[in-house]
Amino acid sequence: MGQVSFERVRKVYPDGTVAVQELTLEIPDGELMVFVGPSGCGKTTALRMVAGLEQITEGEIRIGDELVNGLPPRDRDVAMVFQNYALYPHKSIYENLAFPLKLRKLAKAEIDQRVNRIARLLELEEQLSRRPRQLSGGQRQRVAMGRAMIREPQAFLMDEPLSNLDAKLRTQMRAEIGLLHKEVGVTTIYVTHDQVEAMTLGQRVAVLRKGELQQVSPPQELYTRPANLFVAGFIGSPAMNFFEGRLEHTDGATSVSFGDGQRLAVDGQESELAGGLGGQGRRAVVVGVRPEHLEDAALAPATPADRRLRGLVRLRELLGSEVVIHFEVEAAPVVTEETRDLAKDVDESAVTELDHLRAARRTSFVGRFAADAPTEEGTVAEIAVTPGALRFFDPETGARIGA
Amino acid sequence: MTSVPERSRDAAGATRVVRGGRFRVGGVVRFVFIGVYVAFLLLPLYWMAVTSIKSQDDQLSDPPVWFPSDPTSVNFADALNRFNGWKGLQNSLIIALVTTVLAVALGTTAAYSMARFRTGGKHLAFWFLSQRLMPPIAVIIPIFLLYSRYSEEWFGVTLIDTRIGLILLYTVFALPFTVWMMYAYFRQMPAELEEAALVDGCSRLQALLKIAWPLAAPGIVSAAAFAFIFAWTEFLFAQVLGRSEAVTVPVALAGMITFFQGNLYGQASALTVVSLVPAVLLGILVQRHLVRGLTLGAVQG
Repeated sequence: MGQVSFERVRKVYPDGTVAVQELTLEIPDGELMVFVGPSGCGKTTALRMVAGLEQITEGEIRIGDELVNGLPPRDRDVAMVFQNYALYPHKSIYENLAFPLKLRKLAKAEIDQRVNRIARLLELEEQLSRRPRQLSGGQRQRVAMGRAMIREPQAFLMDEPLSNLDAKLRTQMRAEIGLLHKEVGVTTIYVTHDQVEAMTLGQRVAVLRKGELQQVSPPQELYTRPANLFVAGFIGSPAMNFFEGRLEHTDGATSVSFGDGQRLAVDGQESELAGGLGGQGRRAVVVGVRPEHLEDAALAPATPADRRLRGLVRLRELLGSEVVIHFEVEAAPVVTEETRDLAKDVDESAVTELDHLRAARRTSFVGRFAADAPTEEGTVAEIAVTPGALRFFDPETGARIGA
Repeated sequence: MTSVPERSRDAAGATRVVRGGRFRVGGVVRFVFIGVYVAFLLLPLYWMAVTSIKSQDDQLSDPPVWFPSDPTSVNFADALNRFNGWKGLQNSLIIALVTTVLAVALGTTAAYSMARFRTGGKHLAFWFLSQRLMPPIAVIIPIFLLYSRYSEEWFGVTLIDTRIGLILLYTVFALPFTVWMMYAYFRQMPAELEEAALVDGCSRLQALLKIAWPLAAPGIVSAAAFAFIFAWTEFLFAQVLGRSEAVTVPVALAGMITFFQGNLYGQASALTVVSLVPAVLLGILVQRHLVRGLTLGAVQG
């Protein structure tokens, strides 16, 4: 077992593309670290550099205490699980699992014992004589995990190991991976573009964007104290709502005004999280509020008038346990490089819609209300904001104020 | 594997229900058409086989003899012993086998390097293919001159009328095809398989030998078969460069047809029958390997 450290690691491809820039990160022994970000953010490249499948342009990577920059993959003592599993199709499951051990010239009895132990652990005993193509997706995934675990390496590297499974199986396998890590306790780097996987699995999560590390934190901190607009928007589903507002101070109280004269009071908790807004003066800010922190005002009658906003309800999606409400608020939407990137991660068309709303000076909001919320489509609804829900970002840099 | 015929049987069943009697008519027409076509293709082969066991009198008789009343093996003995048959077979076998081994060994490694390390960029692969566009006859005169006049002086090897000369030439001509075929094969093989092997503890060479080669086996067998059949059937260069010692089967056959004492149809047919044996065996082998798509479904579901 061992820690993995990146020090000012850079990766530039021969065509000049910068995949990773100046990545410095320490992953202590036994930690499950998740790399998350939209496609092209450099997370897979970073992982492949640890594996030795990608040259390191600049900087140093250490596994354990050893500098591995110049070492071929086989001398790095890491194991990798690939997105497409990469099981050897011409070998049986037994041979697939035994392959890394055979290459290390272990005794036959020892190999046999280890393969059987792993097979029992992963419930693959019945499949040992089969070929990979005779297995279901979930079983193949397990074999790939087993082939990585059997060697007891210093670190596991997992490159989107669940993305080829259907949604139900993915949830199940996600839990299994979490349990396995608790059991085995080997340093793991787990790459995914799925923020739910990142949040549920990671002891710490590193959010990357365009080859740059945005924030490394435990999941809960990413959620409550995102470093910037990008992290705030990327973590959480549905995504955080953003709109442009102005901070104002009257009689020692801080509030944010937006659109055609709507105003929300900033409570003490929010102000404190933003590093005390009193000293900020009047200024333009980007306001962020998560869908789960909005509620139909009818269900939260105690909410004061200055913690409510009004919006035209466009769509109501009932999910049984809750209802997702899409509504439009008279406020300027935030169009920055970050929000464009976030929209692009959803779909190209979401970017066009963003521009469209920008022109109309309306912002599309999403709220997760209790299932019995009386909100109706086509009406203007009063929406309550939960205490402590507002986050403020610098419109120029995108950084969270107070971060 | 088994689900495919089942599905098509279902489809056929459904068709029968909907179309009623017309299905059977369509089926009969189809079988008649295919039958005629197959007969058309097989008739010359049959005629050759049957000619090889006919006596000289029966070979050109009118009306034709469809099957000789007294089959004879004299044509085989004649073709092999008197008219260069054994020599041709021996030469052809050696030349074709060595050509195949060389073309596959060089072609596979070149293709692997091009597919995995982008050796030569995207143009090298096309350059190989473009070699096939040149008609071989365009270079036959310069090669003849090179072989007959200068090869000994320049390279210290006799290339004219030797097996080495033909092997060299055939390898050069078979390579573009082998390279292109294996290039396509390696490119569709997921690179992750070898990367997994590297992480699991293989060196590059081990990854090639333990993972890439076994998986490419169907492609290698097909490429080998094509190289072999090309060398086995090549006539033009063998005729010009092979004259008396390095006589191959096609050249020996041509010699029988244009024999100065008349056409030796029976003997030529007999030698053809013998020369078909390796080609047919190879055909069966290749078909089995082509059908078995090893990498299919190997990587993901």
